[in-house]
Amino acid sequence: MLLTVLLGLILSIFLVPFGKFVKSKWSVLLTLVPGLIFVYYLFHISSVSEGSVFFQHTDWIPSLGINFDFKLDGLSLLFVLLISGVGTAIFFYALSYLKGHPFIDRFFGYLCLFMAAMMGVVLSDNILLLFVFWELTSISSFFLIGFNNDNQDSRKSALTALSITGIGGFFLLAGLILIGNVAGTFSFTELIDKRDVLINHNLYPAILGFVFLGAFTKSAQFPFHFWLPGAMKAPTPVSAYLHSATMVKAGIYLLARFFPILGGTDLWMYTLVGVGGFTMLYASIHSLFRVDLKGILAYSTISALGILTFLIGMGTKESIIAASVFVLVHALYKATLFLVTGIIDHETGTRDITVLSGLRKVLPPVFLASGLAALSSAGLPLTFGFIGKDLIYEATLHFEENWALILTILAVVTNTGLVVAGFLAGLKPFTGKLPQSFEKVHLPYKSMWIPPLILAVLGLVFGVLPGVTGNLLNHQAANAILGQETSMHLAIWHGSVNTVLILSLATLACGIFIYLSFKPSYSKLQFIEKFENLSPKHIFKGYAVDIFRFSTWYTNKLHNGYLRSYHLKIILFAEILLGYKLWISGPVSIDFSNLSTLSIYEVGVVLVLIGALFIVVTTPSRLTSVVSMSVIGYCICLIYVFYSAPDLAMTQFSIDTLSTVLFVLVLYKLPGFINFTGKAVLYRDGIVALGFGAILSLIALKVNNEPVVKEITEFYGENSYLLAKGKNVVNVILVDFRGIDTMFETVVLSIAAIGVYSLLRLRLKPTEKE
Amino acid sequence: MRSIILQTATKYLLPILLLFSVFLLLRGHYEPGGGFVGGLVASIAFVLHSFAFGTENTMKILRRKPMSLIPIGLGIAALSVIAPTFFGLPPMTGLWFEEPIPVIGMIGSSLFFDLGVYLVVIGVVLTILFTISLTED
Repeated sequence: MLLTVLLGLILSIFLVPFGKFVKSKWSVLLTLVPGLIFVYYLFHISSVSEGSVFFQHTDWIPSLGINFDFKLDGLSLLFVLLISGVGTAIFFYALSYLKGHPFIDRFFGYLCLFMAAMMGVVLSDNILLLFVFWELTSISSFFLIGFNNDNQDSRKSALTALSITGIGGFFLLAGLILIGNVAGTFSFTELIDKRDVLINHNLYPAILGFVFLGAFTKSAQFPFHFWLPGAMKAPTPVSAYLHSATMVKAGIYLLARFFPILGGTDLWMYTLVGVGGFTMLYASIHSLFRVDLKGILAYSTISALGILTFLIGMGTKESIIAASVFVLVHALYKATLFLVTGIIDHETGTRDITVLSGLRKVLPPVFLASGLAALSSAGLPLTFGFIGKDLIYEATLHFEENWALILTILAVVTNTGLVVAGFLAGLKPFTGKLPQSFEKVHLPYKSMWIPPLILAVLGLVFGVLPGVTGNLLNHQAANAILGQETSMHLAIWHGSVNTVLILSLATLACGIFIYLSFKPSYSKLQFIEKFENLSPKHIFKGYAVDIFRFSTWYTNKLHNGYLRSYHLKIILFAEILLGYKLWISGPVSIDFSNLSTLSIYEVGVVLVLIGALFIVVTTPSRLTSVVSMSVIGYCICLIYVFYSAPDLAMTQFSIDTLSTVLFVLVLYKLPGFINFTGKAVLYRDGIVALGFGAILSLIALKVNNEPVVKEITEFYGENSYLLAKGKNVVNVILVDFRGIDTMFETVVLSIAAIGVYSLLRLRLKPTEKE
Repeated sequence: MRSIILQTATKYLLPILLLFSVFLLLRGHYEPGGGFVGGLVASIAFVLHSFAFGTENTMKILRRKPMSLIPIGLGIAALSVIAPTFFGLPPMTGLWFEEPIPVIGMIGSSLFFDLGVYLVVIGVVLTILFTISLTED
């Protein structure tokens, strides 16, 4: 299991040096990655469907309780198969969709990374490990959404998606840590036994709130849903992958995973049913007003996610079964519709459904795939969507009596909307008269239309054989969510005409009626956009603008680009901090009896030093002042020598030499010495400098007053030869005892050098300059 | 401005300073010295050469960009950090050869670490200084 998760990560690293490979004909080999993972997990179906659970443990940071703990049960298996199965289709598709794109290697790198992260999320048995992968999905999806990074909209949507899911991730982390602290374990398997502790704890509402925020932001629930339509700026294969089977389902997975641990309470139910119910209705109605194919699909996705949240929220046996089936139903038809949209966009150059029509004549196999998916989304009998819809109504009808009616009506309205949305996206572009401009449209590569066709046909196969599918895939998933046996049994025909069937058919009829009578148009889109000011997107944007303004103001104040102002601020801050510390630590005293006598050399050096200092301050020439500065430096070296610190002296000596050279080189290029500074500024700087010097001197004196701690010195003195075989303690500390520090210091030095180099060598063309 | 005195002196000083810097590097474990100071002295040697003969000529005797020393140095230091893990020891454990080598003395992984620091310091100092001095206004 560990390997299947890491495979994508490893591959994405190799795509950096071997990027050319993706541009060659061997690129087809890439699809082996999700393909092999898919096949590997297919072989687990038989044992998992009989109730086995697989575990794998690898130590990572055992001291913090974070390990590579993976668990494969019914729920994980369902998601893993979705991720790798749909992934294989997407990989094939994207190879042709992006053929010839200059950054296709990068694209597959991100895609592999994303797939690996998703696999990690659904296989982790450790909640912190899950979080690591969770964040990785946010980050890799940022790159995928913003793949067309020369487009400003694309960058903006990627950033929106990242900020929303990032904020959610932050809350999720808080929730997970609270769970770990309350329950004393980070393992899902162990947490199930701690359910009572968690639910009865004072912090339960907070935990639930944090986890919900994480799930809602990821799964685009109201009011965080707006990043999802924005994310449609991504290349279509990405939209298909992110929004059908993976990214947005991660939130649903999280809720399902936590259901046996945190679920089943009133708080759980009311929140999820409320949020999910509202989201599904809101988005389903919204989707009818879109004219962009991807816009329709985006809103219908949000609506489907709402349904899933809603079902998990209800928490009855029926609703959990429905959720476990609907995940699969939705993934199959939504991925197909997205891929079809991609083909349409690729071949005709537009996604506007008011323009598209009659494409069945030029793209027959695509029409077949699209039609099947639309029918599945509509829930026509014999499609898998029919089973899914049945189960949803089953769940709402069997809910508590007071609520059953309301929830059922809610579900019917939502589903009617989804029927229409499915038809709009899947059938509308293909029916009607073929406009002249599209007559030359031709079929794309086989690798583009075969994947959606397979997915669509699967929807039909699963629909015809629901019993088999249910047993193999959904039964154990539902068991894992509920934490107990669900005795699920899927069937096309329940033997009699019951309420559920009537509702299903009524939904379909209403949907078809609306589809035929209601035509989306720009005027309707404009009408609905009038409400934009009330939408969460607008409000969030307002906040974002304010924060941006504040940070601009703040940055301009502190970061004004003048080196002298930085120096002044840094030194003043240090003075205040150190001064305060000195003030509260009591007076400084000098023990004159202990002082050694002054030698003539010391007096001489100090006199030279003072003279040089005087020149530095008074000279009108920069060069003179630099040279005098180095005289001061050398004087200090001499003082080190007097007090037997040859290491320090040597280093100081070379540093002084080099910094003088550096100063000269830089100053040489500056214009002549022009005195801009006024008297007041000079006095201010003088006072600040004097203050700093005084404080440092006081600290030096203070150090002598404190009792000397010899332990550290003794430790190094005793051990540097015994442990590190060195007699020069300073050097042994640098290269051995504190070697990691030195290592990172050299890294910092290197970064500084590269920074200087790139700043000075950056040659912008006149057009690139801003 | 080329001074013949400086140039002649530099011709003799450059090898001596470089030798001295290696000496500092090697003795660092027992006496005052070490990779950092050694690296600084070596860079001073090259800076001196660049003053006497011009930076272009110094670049010529260096053959390659001083920046290339940075990854080499970091690589050597990093290798010496992780080398002990190949022997099943925690990273940064000091490894030593059994017998001292003539002239150089005892050799251990910390010497390689110091060598890495030495190279990085030369690379960093020369990169910064030469970049500035070669940049036209």
